Order: sequence, then structure tokens, then C-alpha cells
Amino acid sequence: MLNLLLKIFKTPNNVISISGDDTAKTEILVLGEQLQDRIKKLFGASLAIRQVSAGSDNSTEQELVALGNAYYDVERFGIHFVASPKHADMLMVTGPITHNMAEALRRAYDNTPDPKIIVAVGDDAIDGGIFKNSYAVEGGVGAVIPVHYGIPGNPPSPITIIKHLLKILETEADKLKK
Amino acid sequence: MTPEIGFASLISLFIVGAIGSLFFRNNDKLANRWQSFFAITGSLTGIFFSISQLISGKILAFAFAIPGFPLLSLSLYIDAISAFFIFIISLIALMCSIYGIDYIKHYYGKYDLGALGFFFNAFIVGIILVVSASNAIFFLIAWETMSFASYFLVIYDHHDKENVKAGFLYLIMTQVGTVFIMGAFLLMYKYTGSFDFRTIQANAGLIPVLAKNLIFVFALTGFGIKAGIIPLHIWLPAAHPAAPSHVSAIMSGVMIKSGIFMMIRVFLDLIQPAPTWWGLTIITIGAISSLLGVLYALTEHDIKRLLAYHSIENIGIILLGVGSALTFSSLNMPGLALISLVAALFHTLNHATFKSLLFLSAGSVINQTHTRNMEEFGGLIKFMPQTALFFLIGSMAISALPPFNGFFSEWLTYQALFQGIAVLSPIGKGIFMLAAGSLAFTGGLALACFVKAFGVTFLARPRSEEVEHAKESSFLMRLGMGTLATLSLLFGIFSGYLITAMENIGKSLAVFKNMPAITEASTGQGLVLKNNFSSVSGFAFFVLFLIVMALVYYVTKHLIYKEQKIVTGTTWDCGCDLGPRMEITATGFSRSIILIFKKILQPSIEHEIEYVTTDNPYTPKSKTVILGINDIHYSYIYQPLQAIIKKSSSYVKKIQSGNVNTYIAYIFIALVVTLFLAL
Amino acid sequence: MKFFILLIQILFVPAISPLCLGIIKKLKAKFQNRQGASIFQPYNDLRKLFNKDEIISKDASWIFKIAPYIIFTITLIIGASIPQFTSFLINNYTGDLLFTIYALAIGTFFLALAGMDIGSAFGGFGSSREMTVSALAEGGFVFSLLTVALINGTSNLTKIPAADILSHKQFLLSLALAFVGFVLVMLAETCRFPYDNPATHLELTMIHEAMILEYSGKKLALLEWASANKLVIFAILGANLFFPFGIAQTATLGALAIGIVALLLKILFFCFMIAFIESTIAKYRFFRLPGFLMLSFILNIVAIGLIYLI
Repeated sequence: MLNLLLKIFKTPNNVISISGDDTAKTEILVLGEQLQDRIKKLFGASLAIRQVSAGSDNSTEQELVALGNAYYDVERFGIHFVASPKHADMLMVTGPITHNMAEALRRAYDNTPDPKIIVAVGDDAIDGGIFKNSYAVEGGVGAVIPVHYGIPGNPPSPITIIKHLLKILETEADKLKK
Repeated sequence: MTPEIGFASLISLFIVGAIGSLFFRNNDKLANRWQSFFAITGSLTGIFFSISQLISGKILAFAFAIPGFPLLSLSLYIDAISAFFIFIISLIALMCSIYGIDYIKHYYGKYDLGALGFFFNAFIVGIILVVSASNAIFFLIAWETMSFASYFLVIYDHHDKENVKAGFLYLIMTQVGTVFIMGAFLLMYKYTGSFDFRTIQANAGLIPVLAKNLIFVFALTGFGIKAGIIPLHIWLPAAHPAAPSHVSAIMSGVMIKSGIFMMIRVFLDLIQPAPTWWGLTIITIGAISSLLGVLYALTEHDIKRLLAYHSIENIGIILLGVGSALTFSSLNMPGLALISLVAALFHTLNHATFKSLLFLSAGSVINQTHTRNMEEFGGLIKFMPQTALFFLIGSMAISALPPFNGFFSEWLTYQALFQGIAVLSPIGKGIFMLAAGSLAFTGGLALACFVKAFGVTFLARPRSEEVEHAKESSFLMRLGMGTLATLSLLFGIFSGYLITAMENIGKSLAVFKNMPAITEASTGQGLVLKNNFSSVSGFAFFVLFLIVMALVYYVTKHLIYKEQKIVTGTTWDCGCDLGPRMEITATGFSRSIILIFKKILQPSIEHEIEYVTTDNPYTPKSKTVILGINDIHYSYIYQPLQAIIKKSSSYVKKIQSGNVNTYIAYIFIALVVTLFLAL
Repeated sequence: MKFFILLIQILFVPAISPLCLGIIKKLKAKFQNRQGASIFQPYNDLRKLFNKDEIISKDASWIFKIAPYIIFTITLIIGASIPQFTSFLINNYTGDLLFTIYALAIGTFFLALAGMDIGSAFGGFGSSREMTVSALAEGGFVFSLLTVALINGTSNLTKIPAADILSHKQFLLSLALAFVGFVLVMLAETCRFPYDNPATHLELTMIHEAMILEYSGKKLALLEWASANKLVIFAILGANLFFPFGIAQTATLGALAIGIVALLLKILFFCFMIAFIESTIAKYRFFRLPGFLMLSFILNIVAIGLIYLI
């Protein structure tokens, strides 16, 4: 019990730090047109992500779940996951968008208020990945809803996801400064 | 216009309305106009009469002995409390009559409107005479008029057999009540020698203790059946829904209060001084009634039965006030007794207002949707927006939310109970604490029940096809409802002044004469109790609320991010289509609470499964789940009673052998015994 | 001078509430070996939400649209009506014990209606659960505050902290029991463990969150802020009614400064207590919750009984 209370003052520093260099060196994958919006810079301080799994094999979901653990701790950047698309600023879509999930993904997109960022996470979501040209898939998020960014990898590691996320937010903020 | 003439015209307007309606039985429109005209003018006369009586503070006493009937005399005694009740009766009758003009149009061609007019006006006359009568036999005549008129009104819609059964149950219960009341009055006659109330009050000291306690039990049972206390309430949830809605409103808002009025009259006025256990018994009954009333209301999905159970709950709350008044006055604490009585009277007024409002709105909804089952409602706020607003105001008032009137009368009841906890003996403290606890839980559960009632009826999407054809109620119906809603708000905001005015009404009882003022309403402090225990102000809250909300709205809408776009989309449905069966149902809403209280409510589940082929239990075709509630009063009290009566009757039946010789033998034996006793 | 005190009193609760939420989340993160977001993160969240567009369902009615304003207004009014850092600001209008409880019930009422208004399955059962917990919590709530009121002889909450605390030495046991009862109710009404998990994404485990799933933009910001306000209101009530040490008795600058610092420390203690509870126990199954609320009610009855037996 005492150890638990002492944690308030002295957390073992096992959180993986992301330095400015890391983000500067990251190349993000831009997939579509973005709308200029003045308040996207606010997303740098607080971002609500809703994750939509559209026929995914759950490998990417596991990496996304790992984002919240004690090592990667994505909350320290002001990013948190939410349950309802109406609360979300960013939709992270995984999976090669099977036909059965296409309508659901469209509804999730319609139910996310503006301004929003759509990110396709994983190779499957970007263009179908290993399921490309299958009879059961649409072939990437771009085939169903307008998508803005992609995070490559099959699945992308949590570190990759964080670096790409931070770079995306920085890019959005920079665009507005111009 | 002297008070006597005012009262006479009041009664005669209703009587003319009643008898005249019978002549127009063949012409629906004319019958409607005739009865409504006289009901409205009678009610207006009643309001003016009662207000002038209350302001003047004089008592109207009138006695007219009928030659040939030494015990019966047409005597009236209208003091401040009677005038107050006449005010409540007239107010509610006025609103219900205005509403009724358009409401009863849907009975054209189906039923006899002349009969409706006759019984409606007779009913109101009966209630007014009940609260003004001062002779026990005259009182009983008025009481029976009220009961029979309401019986015929309950079975008015007699094509539905359920209504006829409900009316029959109501008739039996009310006659049983009358027997007990007669017993109480006969006992009073035996010891004081008169049926006149004033004489009884003057000679109350002549009644021995045992008889007094017996009178208490009889009167409590008899008037309690009318008021609807648990466990004598079984007629209420059956009869109130069966009657036409404007009649249900009067029955629920006013008629059951006549039981309360007579309890106040008999216990606090006629047979004082009272022992303490009377008050504590009434408080216990009030606490149990309010809790069980609201629990049973939560189990209902018939909207009018739900409202009927809420009437039982509120009668319980009023009885808490009456019981504390009795307790305090028996312990020589007239100040606290006065607060309790004022709390009970104010809650009577408030309950009449918001309960009739709720019944009238429910009536409008039922009119449009042709069903009482809440599970088929939904989304009505889009089709009947004003009715929805009035029902919302009624719901907020009955759940005791400030600034509406329900909060302030419950606040005052709480204050009476808190003072009791502070100053009474340990047993009294314990009972008052449990009473306050039951009041707290009742408030919370009533809130839950009205979220269910309003939410399932008016919000979200329609659950059935019929509902989508609903239209807004007509102007007159909205006028009746809207006035009651406005009065709910006004009585709440100006409750301080009303309560201080009602102290004078309470003081008209002999036990409270010459009491100094207990409460004080001032603009500086709102309503304050004189011992500085607490204070509250409805007006301040209302004004503050409006100002702050306007400010918040202005700042949020117009100062922060003016260019916000609001898009109309769909409910987030996780990718599936949302049908009407995906919304919460009334049964589902309260299932959690029912399961928590399952020892009292005894819920049951029955499954009926229909298979595709009888020898294969793995392919069901359809499954029906029946959720039920076991009414413990019926199973543990009335059914055994019924069984005992039946059994003993079948034993006694053996005397009727059908053999004429046996009957001659009975007569012979009876003759011999009588001669023996006489000689 | 009094005007400034009044101004601070009105703005205190809405200004401090996001900070309290941030502190609770930070403490929970620390307990979980994480760093967590900064304690000012909720301010950023609110700012972002105020600047977003909204999507309102076509099934919703005016109740859905007006509910956030009503709920937020109620928390503002009650936040300003309770005793905060002074004992000399007497509020005879809205400072009554019962008034506080029933005015907060207005907020619950409209939130539950808004949850039902959208016609989704989640909102409906969220409302049902919220009303069940709230209905059963009323008893404990009224009686825990009543214990304090009876000890001090007044049910006007703003008059209670003025009494000399040490004069109530003989009622310490009653106050302790009433405080435990109050904490049990506070956790229920502010939707914290073990009644509700504010951080869950599973609708099956939501009570408060389920009702606000359909809100977005400014209305969502108002509702989240109102929920935080309610937490601070309960913390202030618990702090000032049961431990009124350090409260400013006079209108001097020094006393006021001490009063505000004392209040902040006490609120910090409540935040710590909530974070500790949320990090050591799990959320309980729904049908175990009435047991806690009844326990709270009974503890308070025993507390009131003890006042008069001693």
C-alpha cells in the first residue's frame, strides 16, 4: 500500500520518450486533400480519437491498445480515445474495409463533427494491403470515405503510430501558420 | 351578495346543470354545452365564494331542520378549511370543465351525454356538500351522492368490460368505507347524543377513551378507503383509469382529498384532544403509502394507472403532514402542529393542481393514440408539442423540483418532520426519522418514474404506427392544461406568501386559535421559519435561474465560436438501422428498480416457447416473455378475506335447506325464544 | 470588497473544476506507472470542444438542445450558493439543504431525459441506471446533510461553517458516520467508482457516459464541465460541512487568503481520495450498488440517533 502511495511522487521512468528529432525525421503519408481549418491547431493540445475497425485482423488494434499502456502512454500528449464518433476529432480506421463494414464506416464518418481528420492505420487500410483485390474488400479507406493521412506498417508499431500522429498534428498546425 | 346566497347559487348552478342535462339526452351538442356552461359558471361562483370567505374570515353556519326527520338537518358549517377545500374543488372543476368541452366530443354518438352531464354535475355538488356539511346524516347523503355519481362516471365507457369490473370494485370498496364511517358516527352519537358536528365538538369530552380509539380506527378505515391509503387502495388503480379523463382528474385531484378533509375535520376538530399514538399511526400509514405507491407506479406501463398510483403516493405525503399535526397537537406543541397542517393543506392544493394537469395531458394523448399502453407511445413531442410541455411541467411539479409548487409543499412537510426529529421522545424521533426517510426515497423514486413516463411517451421515435397520426389537442383542452401549468409555476414562485396566508386557514381550527405566526415571507429572506431553522425562496431561484441561463446561452452561442455550424444528422447507431424496438421501453426502464425491491413487488417471469417441430427443441419459432408483478395486497389480504367470507357463507348456507318444514321450525323456535326473553 | 468576494464565490467552482478532473486523472496515471496528461489538460479539452461543430440527431427534440444549458446553469447556481471559503456570506434564498439536493435533481432529470430523447439503446438504459442510482441515493444524501443540520440547529448550509467547530466535540462520532455516508453518496452522484467508470468505452458499463454519447461540440463541453462542477460542489460540501477548519470568519485579506488555500487543500484531499479509490478497487456490479446506498442511509440514521442518545 505504501509503495502505491509513493508512486505519486516517484514514478519509475519507464515511459518511452519521444524527442523532437524523432518527429522531425518522420515522413508522413499524405493520402488526400485536407481542408484548411483554423482550429486544427487546437488538436495539438487535445485530440479525441475514435477507432473504427472495418474488417481488420486485429493486429493493428492490438498496437493501438498498446498505445495506452505504461510504456507508450499516449495520454501525455493530450490524446485520448473516445467511445462515440460524435465526441471524436480523428477517426483511425483499420482493416481493408470489407463490403459489410462499408456502410457502417460511412455512418461513422457522417457522425463525426467537423473539423475532422481521417487516418488510415496499417497497410490494409491504406490500399487493401495483403487483402488487396480480394472479392470481399472495398480496397482501402479511400474507396469509402475521404481520407487525409495514412500510417504504413503491417501492423505499424506503437512508436511509429505515435511519431506519425505527432507529425500529423504538427503539420496541421504549421499549415495554418502559413 | 351575502355568503348564504353565494353558496346557494353555487349549489343550484350545479343542480340545474345536472337535471337540465337529462332533458338534452337526445342532442349531444346541446347536452355538452348545457353541462359545460353550468359546470363552468358553478366553478367560477365557487372560486369567488371561497376566496371571499377566506378573505373575510367569517364562518358560514346554516341549519335548516327538516320537519319529520329529527336527526337529519340541512346544516352547513363553512369555516376557513372548508372554504379552502371549496376553492380547490372549484378550481379543478373549472379547468376540467373547460377541458371537457372538447374532450367529451369523442363520446358523441357512442354514449349518452345527458347522463354524463347529470352525473358530472351531481358529482361536483356531492363533493362540495361533503366539505360543507355539518350534520352526520346530511354528510352521509352528500358522501353517497359523491360515491354513486362517481361510480356511474367510472362505468360510463361501458363497452369495455374492464371498466365495468373496475366500477364494481370501486362500488364495493366505497360502500365498505361508508359502513365504517357510519360506525364512527353512530359511536359519536351514542356518547354525545347528537349527529351535529358542532355539538359533537363541544361534547367531545364525554366520549370514553375506548370508544374514542374505536372511532379513530373506524374513521381512519372509512375515510382511508376513500383517500386510498395502503392497504385499502385496491380500487384506485382500477377506477381512476376507467373514468373519462376529465373525471379522473377530478377524482384524483379532489375526491380523494375529501377523505383527507374529513380526517382533519374529525381528528383535529371534532374529537380533540387526541392521544399521541393516533398521529404516529397516521404518519406510519402515510410513509408506507407513499413508498409503496411510488414503487407500484414504477411497475406500471398503463399511463393512467401510473398516475393513479402516484395519487396514492401523494396522499401518503399529505398524511405525513396530517399525522405530524396530530402528534404535535397531542403533545401541546401547537406551533409545530400548525406548520404540519399548513404543509398538508398546501400539498393538497398543489397535488390537485399538478395531478389534474397530468391526467388532462394523459387524456389528450390517449385521445389521439387510442391506447393507454405507454409501450406504444413515443416521439409525441413532435406531434403534440404543447401537451408535451404541460406534461413536462406536471412531471417537474410532482417530482418536487424547484421552482414548481410540489417542491415547496414537500419542503414544508420535511421541515415539520425535521422539527419532530429534533424535539420528540425517542419513539417519536424514530418514527419521524423513518417518515423523513420514506419521503426522501419517495421523492427520488417519483423522479425516476416521471423520467420514464415523460421519456417513453413523448421523446425519441414513435413505437407504433397509430402514434404517428397524433395531432395537437384543441385550444380549449390546451387552455385547461395551460392554466393549470401556469398555476403550478405561480404557486411555487409565490409559495412564501401562500404559506403565510394559509397559516390563517389553519388557525381557524379551535386547537390553533391565537397562535403567533410561525412562518414569515419577506422579500429580504424568502420564506423563513420563525425559529430560524431554515428558509427558502422560490422567487429568487426562478429569477436567478432565468438570468444565469440567458447569460450562459448568450455567451456560449454568440461569444464563443460564433460561426459554429449545427448539422442535423442521425443518431449514432453503430452501423445498424435503429428501429422503434431498439428504444428503451417503460418495462425495461424500471426493471432495475423492480429487481432491487423484489421482496416487496415479487416480480415473476414466464416463458412461452413455440417450436417449429415439436420433437426438435433447438429450433424455436417464437418466444414470449411475460413479466408480471404480484400484487401482495391482493394475494395476502383481500384474497384470503374473500376466501374466508366465501367459506363461512357456504357454512351458513346450510340453514337454507329448501325444506318448508324446517323454516316453520325456525319461526317456532324464534317465537319461543322471544317470548321467553320478554317475559 | 464584498462584491469581489461574491465574484470569486460565483466563479470559483467553474474555474477550479477542470483542474480537479485533471488532478484526479494525473494521480490515477501515476498509480498506473504512467505519466499521464498534464493537470491542465481538461481546460484544453473544453477549449477544443467549444470550437467544434455539432451534429444533432433528427430524432432529438428541444429537450436535447436545451438540457446542457439547464444542467450547467444549475451547477453554477448551486456552486455559488454553498459555503465556500467564507462563513459570513449568508444565503437565505438558495442556501437551504433540501433546496440544494432537489436543485441538483433538476440536473439529473434533464440529463436522463436528454439520454432518452435520442432514441438509441445506450441512452435509454443509461437513463434507467442513472435514475435508479439517483433515486436510492436521495435518502443517504438528505440524511447525511440533515445530521450536520441538526447538530448545528439550522438547515441553511451557509450558516453551518460559522459555528465554532470545537463546540461540537461530543458529536464527533455522529459526524464521522455521517461523513462516511456522505462519501458513499458523493461517489454515486458524481459517477465515480464503484458506481460508474468515467473512463470506460464499453456502453454496457456506462451510466453517465451513456447519456452523453450523442452530444458533440459546445453542448458536450457544457455537460462535461457541469459534471466536473458537480464533483467540486460535492467536495466543497463535504469539506465545509464536516471539516470547516480554516474558513474565513472575517472579511480581511489575510483570512480570505487562508480560507481559499484551506478550501483548495481540502478539495485536493477529496481528489486524492477519489483517485485512490479508483486505483485500488474495481467498479462494482450494478445490483451491488443499492447495498452501498442503503448502507449510507442506515449509517446516517444511526448518526442522527447518536446525536440524541449522548
